[in-house]
Amino acid sequence: MNELFYWQALNRAMDAEMAADESVITLGEDVGLYGGTYRVTEGLMAKYGEWRVRDTPISENSFTGLGVGAAMLGLRPVVEIMTINFALFATDAIINMAAKIPFMSGGQFPMPLTIRMPGGIARQLGAQHSQRLEHTLMNVPGLRIAVPATPQDAYWQLRQAIHSDDALIVLEHELLYFTKDHVDEAAVAPPIHQALLRRQGRDITCIAYSRMVMLALEAADILAKEGIAMTVIDLRSLAPIDWDTCVQSVQQTHHCLIVEEDCRFAGAGAELSATLQERCFYFLDRPIQRVAGLDIPTPFNGKLEAASIPRTADIITAARQMLGTQGGQS
Amino acid sequence: MDRLQMRAMLWDMLRARAFEEAAAQGYAQGQIAGFLHLYPGEEAVAVGVLHAAEPGDYVVSTYREHVHALVRGIPAREIMAELQGKITGISKGMGGSMHLFDASRRFLGGYAIVGETFPIALGAAYAVAYRRLPEAVICFFGDGAVNQGTFHESLNMAALWKLPILFICENNHYQIGTEIHRHSAVTEVYKRACGYGIPAEKVDGMDVLAVHAAARKALERVRSGDGPQFLELETYRYRGHSMADPASYRPNVELNAYQANDPIAAAIHEAESAYPSPEAMAAAGADCISHFSDHCCQEGHLDEAEITRLRQEVQTEVDDAVRFAQQSAEPDMQDAWSIFHHNRRYEVLMETAQ
Ligand SMILES: Cc1ncc(C[n+]2csc(CCOP(=O)(O)OP(=O)(O)O)c2C)c(N)n1
Ligand SMILES: [Mg+2]
Repeated sequence: MNELFYWQALNRAMDAEMAADESVITLGEDVGLYGGTYRVTEGLMAKYGEWRVRDTPISENSFTGLGVGAAMLGLRPVVEIMTINFALFATDAIINMAAKIPFMSGGQFPMPLTIRMPGGIARQLGAQHSQRLEHTLMNVPGLRIAVPATPQDAYWQLRQAIHSDDALIVLEHELLYFTKDHVDEAAVAPPIHQALLRRQGRDITCIAYSRMVMLALEAADILAKEGIAMTVIDLRSLAPIDWDTCVQSVQQTHHCLIVEEDCRFAGAGAELSATLQERCFYFLDRPIQRVAGLDIPTPFNGKLEAASIPRTADIITAARQMLGTQGGQS
Repeated sequence: MDRLQMRAMLWDMLRARAFEEAAAQGYAQGQIAGFLHLYPGEEAVAVGVLHAAEPGDYVVSTYREHVHALVRGIPAREIMAELQGKITGISKGMGGSMHLFDASRRFLGGYAIVGETFPIALGAAYAVAYRRLPEAVICFFGDGAVNQGTFHESLNMAALWKLPILFICENNHYQIGTEIHRHSAVTEVYKRACGYGIPAEKVDGMDVLAVHAAARKALERVRSGDGPQFLELETYRYRGHSMADPASYRPNVELNAYQANDPIAAAIHEAESAYPSPEAMAAAGADCISHFSDHCCQEGHLDEAEITRLRQEVQTEVDDAVRFAQQSAEPDMQDAWSIFHHNRRYEVLMETAQ
């Protein structure tokens, strides 16, 4: 086992897949000579050459579309979009092409395409560079979305994505690239869309994904000292969602708290909340709650930016309130 | 060109350099966070073009826009305060370094998504043409932006409807770490405009007088109803793409060659901090600013003593801007919601009621 940064884990996954299969190629802005904005493709161009590691112009729609076309001929392209904000230029390729072609062709054309990109709020990058657009992609049938929160998952899920014959988006996070954890490259991976229990507790189930998992775990530590035992489910995938893992846990704890960095309105949390109340209604002691980003473009000012997305303290407060240990009416 | 105008251009180039160096320092000291894209090396472009513009013209720019804003007349104080995210900033601390806007000076914004300046300029020019006004829209963008679909789509429509736009390509040869011959099949950018029937020329972007003359001529044509015009200005950024970029992909000889346009060591004092090192600058020699200040002296318009005075003047202004920004208050959440108010009235009321 190895301590790796999240970006390094992704780099190892890319390297392993490129070594194993010549049909794997990668392309994007500054992925080659520069080694990738977040270093994910470092060293790959020297090793595999420019036909397999292609620096592109700033032409997101067309180079993502290139990935689609190449996938139709059986290549396994990994398209890196520098950040999810720029993917808005590529939504035609992603939504109208990648998500539709396998279906419209009656299954003649599988779509072994992987799109990697970071989303989320980093630090004072302004409203145009601080988006979380998972809600935009989640409700497009034909797309699968993995959201690795740990280096180990980054390694596993990227490899699995490349193996997939469906269009698969690996949604990374700008603030996770430089987090470090153990990675076992030889271990057997759980299914790519399976949720994992990061921590088990009997009182309340907290469901989170991507960077919010880290905040939920921090909150669980603090709550434990007050005698509140919180389960933390790392969703790992937003499409499809591993409902069974969530339902099982909520049936045991009778309390469900959802944490998302994305804006609350019509977000992932709204979908989770709606479906879980349909499936767990009679098990719930209290309404399902959401801790989410404010419905506002991200302010540049650092304090306001921080206040516009969930903080650990917000999760703690919400859990306490739900359990009636503070401010609630249990 | 008369003495006053020359003096004004040199003054703006010097304050541009001083402002950006102060911003770099602020970043190093933690007063400015986020992405910070600086302009040293490219001053002749913004100054030459904007000195040829009229107050009635509109300006659309990118994330590398502090100097465009400054030369356009937005006070240094309000730009620096915005870089620091303060409520006194030109965008009230909501936009930041990449999103300076000033409606009163017709500064239509800094845009951080590459390729956005084209459609914004297109729309602004459409409105101007529709109202039959003698105004122009000046659209700035980099060499990397011309490969975005919006470039081609917008040039076509601008030419088709003869819209009053002056396209200004700031060709610094790099799209972050990718050099132009690796991102563009045709590296002479102006030729692409010719493909849409738009009059276009390439000009030395290190020579402020050449930039100014070309921009003035082009703007005259735009205002007289000849439709869009296009200038490719060849220039160079001395620093990395942003403060986060060490620019290790560029050979030193290249940087040195651009800085050594002219044999004077003047630029040395201006560029400090992160990249390049003062030693590297010292070894390099002069740049567009010293090139121009030399010219002014030779023509008898200015002398060394006056240039020194100018330097002191701009430094005082920039120091004052930094102080002002530091002493300014931060916005609070209510400030953010109140801006948003007209957009999402119902949700805002719900949020603020909580
Ligand atoms: C649509 C989009 N893709 C990618 C980026 C990331 N990015 C920011 S600046 C830049 C390079 C732009 O180069 P150029 O247009 O030459 O302008 P310069 O920075 O050299 O002034 C890139 C790739 C972005 N902001 N927007
Ligand atoms: Mg450039």
